[in-house]
Amino acid sequence: MSIQTPIRESRVSRTAAMALMFLLAIYFLLPVYFLIVAATKPQGDLASTFGLAFSHFDLFQNLSTLFGRSDGIFGRWALNSVIYAVLGAAVGTLISALCGYALAKFRFRGREFLFSVILGGVLVPTTALALPLFLLFSATGIVNTYLAVFLPSIVSPFGVYLARVFTAAAVPDEIIEAARLDGAGEFRTFFSVAFKLLTPSLVTIFLFQFVGIWNNFFLPMVMLQEESLFPITLGLYGWNGQTARVSLLQESVITGSLVSIVPVIILFILLQRFWRAGLAAGSLK
Amino acid sequence: MADIATRAARVVAEPGGRRRPDDGGPRAGTVVAFLTPFFLPFVLFYLVPIAYAVWQSFLVVRRTGGQYGTSYTTFGGFEQYAQVFQNTEFWASIGRIGLFGIVQVPVMLFVALVMALLLDTPLLRLKGFFRVAAFMPYAVPGVIAAIMWSFLYSPQLSPVVDLLKGAGLQPDFLGPGAVLWSAANVSTWLWTGYNMLIMFSALQAIPEELYEAAKLDGASNWAIAWRIKVPIIAPSIILTTVFSIIGTLQLYAEPAVLRQISSNISSTFTPNMLAYAVASGNNYQQAAAISVVIAVITFVLSFGFMRLTSKKAGL
Repeated sequence: MSIQTPIRESRVSRTAAMALMFLLAIYFLLPVYFLIVAATKPQGDLASTFGLAFSHFDLFQNLSTLFGRSDGIFGRWALNSVIYAVLGAAVGTLISALCGYALAKFRFRGREFLFSVILGGVLVPTTALALPLFLLFSATGIVNTYLAVFLPSIVSPFGVYLARVFTAAAVPDEIIEAARLDGAGEFRTFFSVAFKLLTPSLVTIFLFQFVGIWNNFFLPMVMLQEESLFPITLGLYGWNGQTARVSLLQESVITGSLVSIVPVIILFILLQRFWRAGLAAGSLK
Repeated sequence: MADIATRAARVVAEPGGRRRPDDGGPRAGTVVAFLTPFFLPFVLFYLVPIAYAVWQSFLVVRRTGGQYGTSYTTFGGFEQYAQVFQNTEFWASIGRIGLFGIVQVPVMLFVALVMALLLDTPLLRLKGFFRVAAFMPYAVPGVIAAIMWSFLYSPQLSPVVDLLKGAGLQPDFLGPGAVLWSAANVSTWLWTGYNMLIMFSALQAIPEELYEAAKLDGASNWAIAWRIKVPIIAPSIILTTVFSIIGTLQLYAEPAVLRQISSNISSTFTPNMLAYAVASGNNYQQAAAISVVIAVITFVLSFGFMRLTSKKAGL
């Protein structure tokens, strides 16, 4: 009896746990599955056939319509998103790493004060910054240019926080001391010694900032009027608003949405361990 | 601007008293060189806009008398703030978002916590699959997520509506009562997995020995989860709550997309949408005051929540 009870209990709870997790997995995967199915259908079948079942396989036709629309504007949006996110995250990671490294390894007056200012920055909602930035950028004339979206995107207080935590954990003081004794300057020490030790952490910081910029919507919406500068999110939002008048756009909104999320989802699955490192550091706070 | 940043950094970079001058540590100039690449854009694109918004919120635009009067900008004290607090649309948007947050945040975090706890037990198989499935929405931009869900809400296209109709129901996801919860569902879909992974990472960091003794005493997985694991990861739960509160007050993209297909979302549905609508009408001073009020509410709620919970948890 005393042995049987826990086994029976665990069989029941095992089944219940699996059932609950499967239900939740269906909830998380359903919209993406729907999008995949819908992206393969001709526009006419969207309303007339059941949404979760395939009908005519028109994916390639849909893709060519999507990329051919308005002289290939969608390809331009995709390229813009890549430029904003890859360049912004690369520059952002580098400056976060330099700053986080200095905060972790150099002793100087005001260090903790600077760090708490940065931590306060983590709590500042970026949407609150967009409107005043728009006015400041209007005055300097960089509104409605690549720079208007790129420049604010490189600042990531969370990246500095991660860089400090990771440096403290991954770069031993002895190695820095040894490099100094060898006569290496601080920048040489950083780029040749610390950089190697920090590489996995830098990937994590890069990924968080990449997704932050890739998903950003409010800042480009406030800053940009010129369609050819839009990232994918803003472009598809614009198309989605026109589907009531131009119903044929609907299929392109669906196919475009699929095209825009597939590369990032693949990146996610391939680089899972880096995400977990970042979230673990975030949970330490 | 650059001068101020450099000078400020030079001031703070002076070596502390405890250090010997010849211990091989970096010179002040080197410290400044490491910090400036981040702090210069941080000051320019974070601190300056905040200061600018606060300054602007104290200005008013007035007109000189008569029909041909010209407008001029002058100091108005708290006039803009008084207007914000008298604005019924502002309070309506705060009310909506408050209701949204009070329901959506606890539901989302409870689901995330249950998933994290289950993934931390030996009860499940396919753990990797469940983790990826839940975290995957984090890769989807809010705008795209809202577009995807708006197809699932649409009476013409949605397979979900078809299925519910087949079961004899008449769902209206975009109706006046339901649309707020349809927006809440998009947020829940987007962020549950992210919060779950933060909690799961914290659970993984707990050394097994901590509940080895409880296990030997015959404590059930259930008891271990709620009595031992949950209290230990309380800081992570608090962190995810604070991030969720901030996110809720900033809500913009999801309702803006749903507004494209539902007449039940006004242009001032959330505080942020109201701020944008006011700014679009060129009333930047009023928009700035609204933004400042939202930011202050955000800070008060986040810090208030942290104080409250850390006192209770004895942290």
